Amino acid sequence: MIEIKEHPLDKYLRADRIPHIWCPGCGLGSILNCFLHALKECKIDLDNLAIVSGIGCTGRVAGYLNVDSYHTTHGRAIPFATGLKLANPKIKVVVFSGDGDLFAIGGNHFIHAARRNVDITVICVNNYNYGMTGGQLGPTTPIGAKTTTTPYGNFEHPFNLCKVAAASGAVYVARWTALHVRRLKESMKEALMKKGFSFVEVIASCPTTYGRYNKMPTGLDTMKYYKENSIIMHSIDPNKTDIDDRIIVGKFVDIEKPTFDEMLKKVGK
Amino acid sequence: MKAKFYSGNIACAEGALRAGCRFFAGYPITPSTEIAEHMALKLPKVGGIFIQMEDEIASIAAVLGASWGGLKAMTATSGPGFSLMQENIGLAAITETPCVIVDVQRAGPSTGMPTLVGQGDVMQARWGSHGDYEVVALSPSTPEECFYMTIKAFNLSEEYRCPVILLMDESVGHTSEKIIIDDEKIEIFERRKPTDKPYFPFDENAPMACCGGGYRVHVTGLTHDRKGYPMATSPEVQEWLVRKICDKIRNNEARIRSIEEFLMDDAKLALVSFGGPARSCKSAVKKARNEGYKVGLIRLKTIWPFPEEYFEKMKDMDFLVVEVNYGQIKLEVERCVRKKVHLLPKMGGEIHKPDEIYEKIKEVYND
Repeated sequence: MIEIKEHPLDKYLRADRIPHIWCPGCGLGSILNCFLHALKECKIDLDNLAIVSGIGCTGRVAGYLNVDSYHTTHGRAIPFATGLKLANPKIKVVVFSGDGDLFAIGGNHFIHAARRNVDITVICVNNYNYGMTGGQLGPTTPIGAKTTTTPYGNFEHPFNLCKVAAASGAVYVARWTALHVRRLKESMKEALMKKGFSFVEVIASCPTTYGRYNKMPTGLDTMKYYKENSIIMHSIDPNKTDIDDRIIVGKFVDIEKPTFDEMLKKVGK
Repeated sequence: MKAKFYSGNIACAEGALRAGCRFFAGYPITPSTEIAEHMALKLPKVGGIFIQMEDEIASIAAVLGASWGGLKAMTATSGPGFSLMQENIGLAAITETPCVIVDVQRAGPSTGMPTLVGQGDVMQARWGSHGDYEVVALSPSTPEECFYMTIKAFNLSEEYRCPVILLMDESVGHTSEKIIIDDEKIEIFERRKPTDKPYFPFDENAPMACCGGGYRVHVTGLTHDRKGYPMATSPEVQEWLVRKICDKIRNNEARIRSIEEFLMDDAKLALVSFGGPARSCKSAVKKARNEGYKVGLIRLKTIWPFPEEYFEKMKDMDFLVVEVNYGQIKLEVERCVRKKVHLLPKMGGEIHKPDEIYEKIKEVYND
């Protein structure tokens, strides 16, 4: 007989929805764990927190959190979150989604929400590919990488998400990998407490669909890769954070700017 | 009671404000733009939010978010924008999210005739999104109706927790005339909120727990059970869900139905029309009556759900459908009366003139 004890983070999760659907070795488990700790340490009232996600593996995060949670259409989590936040400003709104969802189909919404400085936090789990549909090319796939739709290697220039976020007007921009759990948690805390459009990119392993084609068939291979190739460079110009042989991580932007709501109240009357 | 001189578009915006709409997200598109402009002017004065989004997809997504945020929310657009909104209209249907979408129709397909009238979005309003679902679509013929029907659209949307489409057309949106606002004719339906726990947000006829209400609702476009939890591989849950979202509209068609009958008592030929051209029909019917033709008009104020039962009872009648498209409502009337009905189409750009309808009445009548 195994005695089932309560996990200290159980109250943050819809325990009746566990186990989750993510693959072995996927970075999402540890990233979600970081997020739960961030929520706990920020003492966020779970009744006043909303998670909005789009479609894909990361999109499923919304379903596991024990808060008001919205699993919306592909790419449209940010505009949904914008409406939610403006309608109910007392709610802390977090968009938790993947690179394909936020930056391919949803790219336009991302840049405009950042431009407006809508007071939401966006956490993007970047695994360099479309995991849920079986590992196709995404907007962050590195040049040369093999995916099911780039069988001869990717020849498209990828987005540097932090550069896009900074250029679009985000007031907080940081990047970590799924290996940097403590720093990631701290960054998530900062982003949650930041007023305005805050953005955290998390580079994450996807052994099942990305790793398999790119010589990192297990989660551990990817973790080793992150360990050997990540460099922490806080406050570096986001223009200099392109991902190539090395992954530059750290907090790149932390500035103050009036939010959409504040501008509305100031100018709009 | 007060008199105002409004265009249909402004009357629609005023109706929305009166219904309690406090959130508008939209993207400019002719011939609907005056609605957004008027909401931009008026919403801040009543503590509401106006936001011009980056496109129509973002607009409807924001409307859904705002609805879950607890506000009555609306967007307004025209054909091409309406097409872009369809996926999220499907999300509204499956997540039972109240919202009002105004489509001031122009002629299409594609960019078509941006400044001129059309009524070609009838079928798009019905099943523009993928999958099985039902919506309510209302069609005003006058600016005064734009005012009252927008209120009705919000009421139905909140009552049935479904997207409601106000299927206007350019000829109504841009017509300006006197309208009478009579407070006694206005009823506002307020959103039902849950009071008990356990609470199942997607039970049949469940009230709606908005964000921050402490109910911690999961809302997903995936097939879901009464708790809102994904059940995307269960045929049983899918069966239950689709029946639920469709039947709440289908079974209430008689309650939702709104039809104006004009000189129908002894009519042998019934014109069927809606929106702007229905006014031309009325004057054509009057002229034909003066000439001794037993003709009447059925004006559809509710387009969807379609009044099947109503038409089924009129199998002995001859019908002439007058619409600014190539025969979309005609198909529905034919389906219900199970025989060929006559059609006087216009492909768009202008509405029918009373005389051409009168000529068609004579032709059909003497056939």
